[in-house]
Amino acid sequence: MIDLENIQRIFPVGDQEVHALRDINLHIDAGEYLSIMGPSGSGKSTLLNLLGLLDRPTAGRYRLDGQDVTTLSDNQQAHLRRERIGFVFQFFHLVPRLTAAQNIELPMVLAGLPVDARQLRVQQALRDMGISDRAGHRPDQLSGGQRQRVAIARATVMQPGLLLADEPTGNLDRASGKDVVDILETLQRRGITLIVVTHDPELGERAQRRLHMVDGTIVNDTAKP
Amino acid sequence: MRSIDIARYALGSLNGARSRTALMLLAMSIGVASVLVLTSLGEAARRYVSGEFASLGTNLVIVLPGRTETAGGEPSMLIGDTPRALTLGDAQALLRSSLIRRVAPLNIGSAPVSYGGLERDIPIWGSTAELLEIRHWKMGLGRFLPKAEWDRASPVCVLGQKVRKELFGNQPVLGEWVRIGDRRFRVIGILESAGESLGVAVEDMVIVPVASIQRLFNTSSLFRILVEARSREAIPRVIEHITRTIRERHQGEEDITVITQDAVLATFDNILQALTLTVAGIAAISLGVAGILIMNVMLVAVAQRTTEIGLLKALGAPGRQIINLFLAEAALLSLLGAGLGLVIGQIGNGLIGYIYPDLPMGTPLWAFVAAIGVALGTGLLFSLLPARRAARLDPVQALARR
Repeated sequence: MIDLENIQRIFPVGDQEVHALRDINLHIDAGEYLSIMGPSGSGKSTLLNLLGLLDRPTAGRYRLDGQDVTTLSDNQQAHLRRERIGFVFQFFHLVPRLTAAQNIELPMVLAGLPVDARQLRVQQALRDMGISDRAGHRPDQLSGGQRQRVAIARATVMQPGLLLADEPTGNLDRASGKDVVDILETLQRRGITLIVVTHDPELGERAQRRLHMVDGTIVNDTAKP
Repeated sequence: MRSIDIARYALGSLNGARSRTALMLLAMSIGVASVLVLTSLGEAARRYVSGEFASLGTNLVIVLPGRTETAGGEPSMLIGDTPRALTLGDAQALLRSSLIRRVAPLNIGSAPVSYGGLERDIPIWGSTAELLEIRHWKMGLGRFLPKAEWDRASPVCVLGQKVRKELFGNQPVLGEWVRIGDRRFRVIGILESAGESLGVAVEDMVIVPVASIQRLFNTSSLFRILVEARSREAIPRVIEHITRTIRERHQGEEDITVITQDAVLATFDNILQALTLTVAGIAAISLGVAGILIMNVMLVAVAQRTTEIGLLKALGAPGRQIINLFLAEAALLSLLGAGLGLVIGQIGNGLIGYIYPDLPMGTPLWAFVAAIGVALGTGLLFSLLPARRAARLDPVQALARR
């Protein structure tokens, strides 16, 4: 599903250049459950952003489902993000003035889906996440766990093949963190490719495949002993 | 993204920042309202002046004896030729055109008018029944000169209000005989007071049949011929007709001057139109200021909603869509502001109309269109920069903030 070849990402910082990613080669199959760990500044978030088409590599080639996406225009990349990639963030990033249902609906609104189809899928997603009774609540009326469930519902409502989670439990207490992980893993078992970036070894160890990054390189990959 | 969803989203974000929205609406509506009120004032002035002119008589063409040259002195004096006088026959000859509705010959002189022991020198106008309609005067009492053959010198007269007051006080006046010069005239009507119109004191005059005044002053010439064209468009042809007719009657000499009231009116109209436009332009500056305010507040909004914009991008909104969202917000603001401004402006116009009932207040249609158009235009124009800035935000950095 994902093929990275010789990916480099260099940020100019003042006069200097920072190599956030050095020569990354990575292949990920559809349906894999993969965690990326490593110390701060190791480049794991940069890698996730690249995979999510939020950032472009300085050099190298990224193929998603066999299609070279590094050469695509911004609009084409936006279209791919909308249709094939879901994001879950540490800070949820819900729109504060919208209700839970409206937040979940947002990607479909942006995609221009008809209203009745949207309603149907929102109801389904709310049921799947077990927060049907919270549909009309705004984010500030929801608990952290509920907010993250709304965010996951929003990330998956367009039925993407790839779900990227950046510290999904980083802002949650233990119990709701566990709930969120359960939901993510259920989604993965149903066929979605799940990539989790985390500091938390306990969360990282749950993945079938684990990458360890240091200084912009992958130092350990459990799939390549 | 569907337009209805764009509108709903924009409305939602406007509703989410109420004080910001209220401020922008206020600025926009004041701009629109000032455009409307100021153009209405200018337009009212224009209509007021036009109305004054119309009260002098519409489509009026005035024929004067003698040809006025704008330069070089009087050529006729050099060759010893005096201008031929206009006669009643000339005036009657003009009537033979379908383009001309009415003709009134006019002679003016001054003579002592007396009743009882009172006597005064008063301007005497000699004309025909048509004068009343051509000058748009109204009768206060009795009737105007009778419609009769122009050369019949009936001994009747019509008085202005002031003349009546001075000679008769509060006594009944209709049917009384006054002496004008060495002749006696019966009073058959009193003009309604119409104030001063183009230098003619309607109150202070006596009107007698044109044939009577010609006998009174022992003359056969006319001072003016007043001609009313059938329509405004016919005026150029009427002028041509008059010139030709008189030339034929005067053995080929073009010895008259034709003045149209229309030319004077058109000049005034142009001046006042320019004035209205100037005032509207000044008001439009306030709309421009409102536009800059919108830009300012929009920039702040983009800064405040950085994460939201980053999120929209992560969810797959292309830059174009984000620009549309912000422009929709600006368009909604502008339209709401313009709507509010229309209401405020109309209230303002109503108030002015109430305080100064003489002013024919009324906003020209183009001012409505222009005010709304400029409001929408500035709103969108000044939001373009903030919207583009939003669209160019780097989603990674935008989302890195909490």
